[in-house]
Amino acid sequence: MDPVFITDDEIISPLGFSSEENIENLRKGISGIRPINDENLAPFPFYGAKISSEKLAERFSSIANIKEFTKLEQMMILAIHKLVAKHPETDFSQTLLVVSTTKGNIDLLKNESGFPKKRVKLFELARVIKEYFQFKNEPIVVSNACVSGALSIGVAKKMLQSKKYKNAIVVAGDILSEFVLSGFNSFQALDNKICEPYSKNRNGINLGEAAAAVLLEKKATSTNAIKILGEASVNDANHISGPSRTGEGLQKSVKNALLEANISTEKIDFISAHGTATLFNDEMEAIAFHQLNLAEKPLYSLKAYYGHTLGASALIESIIVKHALQHNELYKSLGYYENGVTKPLTITEKYEQKPLKIALKTASGFGGCNYAIIFEKNHA
Amino acid sequence: MKENYYITDFVKITDQQLYHRDKKVVEEVNGTLKSLLKKSYKSLEISYPKFHKMDSLSKLGFIAVEFLKLEQEFPSDTALVFQNSESSLHTDYQHQQTIQNKEAYFPSPAVFVYTLPNIVMGELAIRHQLQSENTFFIQEKFNAEYLTDYVQELFNSKKASAAISGWIDLNNEGYNVFLAFVSKNGTLPFTKENLENIFYNK
Repeated sequence: MDPVFITDDEIISPLGFSSEENIENLRKGISGIRPINDENLAPFPFYGAKISSEKLAERFSSIANIKEFTKLEQMMILAIHKLVAKHPETDFSQTLLVVSTTKGNIDLLKNESGFPKKRVKLFELARVIKEYFQFKNEPIVVSNACVSGALSIGVAKKMLQSKKYKNAIVVAGDILSEFVLSGFNSFQALDNKICEPYSKNRNGINLGEAAAAVLLEKKATSTNAIKILGEASVNDANHISGPSRTGEGLQKSVKNALLEANISTEKIDFISAHGTATLFNDEMEAIAFHQLNLAEKPLYSLKAYYGHTLGASALIESIIVKHALQHNELYKSLGYYENGVTKPLTITEKYEQKPLKIALKTASGFGGCNYAIIFEKNHA
Repeated sequence: MKENYYITDFVKITDQQLYHRDKKVVEEVNGTLKSLLKKSYKSLEISYPKFHKMDSLSKLGFIAVEFLKLEQEFPSDTALVFQNSESSLHTDYQHQQTIQNKEAYFPSPAVFVYTLPNIVMGELAIRHQLQSENTFFIQEKFNAEYLTDYVQELFNSKKASAAISGWIDLNNEGYNVFLAFVSKNGTLPFTKENLENIFYNK
């Protein structure tokens, strides 16, 4: 099988409009989550991570007419635009576009936007992006709950290995919406403070919005590239809205990814986990990582920086892994104060510099899905 | 060496009819989707209380795969790789109705959980105990090329030894389901052309 590399990346989030700005804020331990009181989003106050529409429009208006694109489209197009602009030498005419989103332009269901109703369909969102960049191939949309962002990397990798495409761009995005806020609130799954992954007083998630894009190539065209060593998805086959108590699906997905990577668990230098800060998710992950003999490995969740950005989260978290490997640094698992899981993990309690080579990224989501992907720093 | 994979079995549901391969097994002329699902469920003579809690997209997937199950065992690593064009919009509209009006704001977890297209795969994983690869794609139209390329890569990389794959779409105007069981057994090769021939009834 041809190796596939993530060679470049961009993040558009409340923590900045470039990957570098985002990393700078992670180093400082700054959260993008704020208290929000906005009746267009929820009839209750909540903590969430929101991108300033004004700041976004300011950036976006320099590349296209903001009136023609929804907020999500602006975020996703801006991410790809910045990515592509860095690679004038690369041929994007045969690029495969993979779009990761759970709900796309779901706010258009409300019917007061002025955009055509059909724009709520996920393939329409992908079509708008494809046409903006004049990509030739039909985009692939992956909508597989909260694992979508990382799963999309795996999808792009497999499609590149089918040998029909030279490179691929994976773009991921989801917005903070009344639709999703109301749903998670009905599950009583929203914390009323900045979320605290794996911590004793954790009490649910915060929601956030963000977009990100990565370039996947079959050659490590940059020294900062990371290689995809292995990846796998395994369903819990247990419950549609709650994680399995034993974390069996997550364990199996990690084992299968290790199998493809052809490495043992000892080789893993750190884990970028899902860590939503719900009672059940974090507990399930702790059990799974214990069973896998990974409890001693440094582990962090980024949810207290970004909130849960749904279809974007696992792509952003994979990008952060790339930068962590590149800079040999681990970010503080923000929101962690005191162990709150029955099987203690080695949570990163501060920013730290450390030689790093191989990382594991995991995600889990509704529908019982789990996903694991292993990255290795390029040696070039 | 690459092993050969075949379209071992398939089920189609559309226009008030359910076909198991070439044989029409359920028909509900002048009925509704609801009555077709009910009749199909009854004809299977099974008891699965969770079925009644599912949204229509999950029920369609459940029924189709029950018919596939009649003639084979699914290996536990049977991948689920589905496509549709509407995602979960049919249920999204229901959730939206519960929040549209501030005076009547009553979102329900039982509805919200079905506002993701991959939930049907979660239901199938539970029903058939498939601890396996799941991927849900959204395409404007049935894209047999992407499906076969992707599923073939799952086979090539030994991530799955069989797959249930195809199209499962539902909106307020209608529904269209074509799910195939793909494995090493059979005679009809697992190719884009063969999937298209079945899907478009050529």
